[in-house]
Amino acid sequence: MIESFLYSVIISGTPLLFATLGEIITEKSGHLNLGVEGLMLLGAVGGFGIGFATSNPILAIFGGAFVGTLGALVYAFLTVSLRANQVVSGLALTIFGTGISSYVGTIFVGKKMPEVIIDFFKPFEIPLLSKIPFIGNILFNQDLFIYLSYIIAISLGVYLYNTRFGLNLIAVGENPSAADSTGINVTLYKYVHIAIGGALCGLGGAYLSIVEVPQWQDNITAGRGWIAIALVIFASWNPYKALYAAYIFGGLNIIGFRMQNLNFSQNLLDMLPYVVTIMVLVGSSIKKSKNNAPPKGLSIPYFREER
Amino acid sequence: MFQMIKRAEISKKESALIRFSAIVLAFIFSGLFILLLGHNPVNVYISMFDGAFGSLYRLKETIIITIPLVITSIGIMIAFKMKFWNIGGEGQILMGAFGATVFALNMPELPKVALLSLMLISGFISGGLWALIPAIFKVKFGTNETIITLMLNYIAIKWITHLQYGPMRDPNALGFPKIANFSNNAILPSLFGVHIGWIFAVIIVIAISIFMKKSKWGYKISVIGESVDTARYAGININRVMLFSMFLSGGICGIAGMIEASAVNQTLNYSISAGYGFTAIITTWLSGLMPSIIIPVSLLFGGLVKGGNFIQTAFLIPKAAAQILQSMILFFAIGSEFFVKYKLKYKKRNNNSDNVKESV
Repeated sequence: MIESFLYSVIISGTPLLFATLGEIITEKSGHLNLGVEGLMLLGAVGGFGIGFATSNPILAIFGGAFVGTLGALVYAFLTVSLRANQVVSGLALTIFGTGISSYVGTIFVGKKMPEVIIDFFKPFEIPLLSKIPFIGNILFNQDLFIYLSYIIAISLGVYLYNTRFGLNLIAVGENPSAADSTGINVTLYKYVHIAIGGALCGLGGAYLSIVEVPQWQDNITAGRGWIAIALVIFASWNPYKALYAAYIFGGLNIIGFRMQNLNFSQNLLDMLPYVVTIMVLVGSSIKKSKNNAPPKGLSIPYFREER
Repeated sequence: MFQMIKRAEISKKESALIRFSAIVLAFIFSGLFILLLGHNPVNVYISMFDGAFGSLYRLKETIIITIPLVITSIGIMIAFKMKFWNIGGEGQILMGAFGATVFALNMPELPKVALLSLMLISGFISGGLWALIPAIFKVKFGTNETIITLMLNYIAIKWITHLQYGPMRDPNALGFPKIANFSNNAILPSLFGVHIGWIFAVIIVIAISIFMKKSKWGYKISVIGESVDTARYAGININRVMLFSMFLSGGICGIAGMIEASAVNQTLNYSISAGYGFTAIITTWLSGLMPSIIIPVSLLFGGLVKGGNFIQTAFLIPKAAAQILQSMILFFAIGSEFFVKYKLKYKKRNNNSDNVKESV
């Protein structure tokens, strides 16, 4: 019972994990992108559309990531090159993504993913690892997309803390003019990482539409993108911590559904992820420490000319 | 290489031209999109316009959509003026509608004027209290308001859904999950064919314009928005102003909720806010936070929503086309701000770094 619950927690936490990682990498470059919900929806419709049209699972994954990247580049152009207000640009991106996904999605309403793709993303055991008692089956008897999320989370952690590029990125987010004077190409760093962030958010949406659901629903993300933004704070901008942050909220997402026979209003239980998000935000703003503070340059436009 | 030069000042004509071209570009770009998706953009636009303004009946319908947009935009504007990112309009509308509904359902026999006044006050207070939650967190702990206001939207939706399926479900609705219809006394009357919500909207616009421009509190709000530090030096009690203006901001959104419940839906349900809280963010931003501009911008967006619904039923073109158009307008408007503030000058790449910053 517990094991099967935790098994589904990993699945329902995966879209959140991708999106949280995407937003972490974006915010590390000093950009608060409130367009995560829109990017996820773009990824969801992009992944579903390409999967539906080609029946090719790999192309479907790339489709989701690619469309997410395109969306993020629009945001990057506005906020990096045109120094636009990041809050409003992000909101515009969400409205845009919602509009596009529901416009394009009208073709797919009620359609299912092709069997080939559903088969491709069937869970399979990883030899040895899946034999670990209890957690083996929960973590290592999942589908390929989920394994991809583990790999991306760990590689992002290594990238951020153990490579020169990652450390440069942190410098850009903390103090762009100092980074600029050491010869780091600030604009390039911002563009690249906002784009990577968009790709990851796109993957989060694509996981929903390709694997988790896997048929088209309008507004398939149902606010997960916003929760992901809060999870970034919960995970204190750390890709490793994003893993457990995402799974805790994955659990909250399905608890209402799991407990519906307990004679308690499912609608009230469905409030849980949102209520807990608020509690997490308030909690983390009460105990502000150096380690879980946002990048110092977050949401401040950088003008080289005004250095 | 392009070089950015800060404009010393810009003539009103020039900045209006830049903003206008942004909207035109938005229409062209969305047109390309609609074309790519297999529809003729010119036809889509014409039928959208026709659907929104093509007859007296349609114009009235558009105005009915414009009313909550204007009111919600005014509410959000007060928060935005302080750089308090209230994106919780949806939730505040819903809670305002809930506050009004409690009176509408429990005192249906009260005289019309008394009942409607009670509903209005209750709607205002409920919306205001809902908006006070993020303000208290912000003031007490410095919690970022953006995500809190948003989460409160979802909580409000779940709350109303819970009521609709549970405690407030109408037993006479033959098993259909709905809240009972309001009595006649709880429904706003009409004037000139449109419910009197439009009068409320006009009064709110005028009152808030005067409040923001002439009153001490309005001035304090603008100072906080310009710079928190300046406000502190000037001895303004920032926390008090923030709490008060968020209560006002949410309360005004709550009035929009009361109007929607009373005049449009004549009951309460979880989709009563119909996205107005989000659309109002766009209209507020596009109006440059100026109450008088909010009315024409809201009418344009009311037209887009109505036109979007029209092309959906008439031509089976998804109404999301209107949403794409709205976001495009917003994208271009945000982008155009840059050209209002800066000039681009083409310059050959060389190592001469003089002249980079033009003194203002």
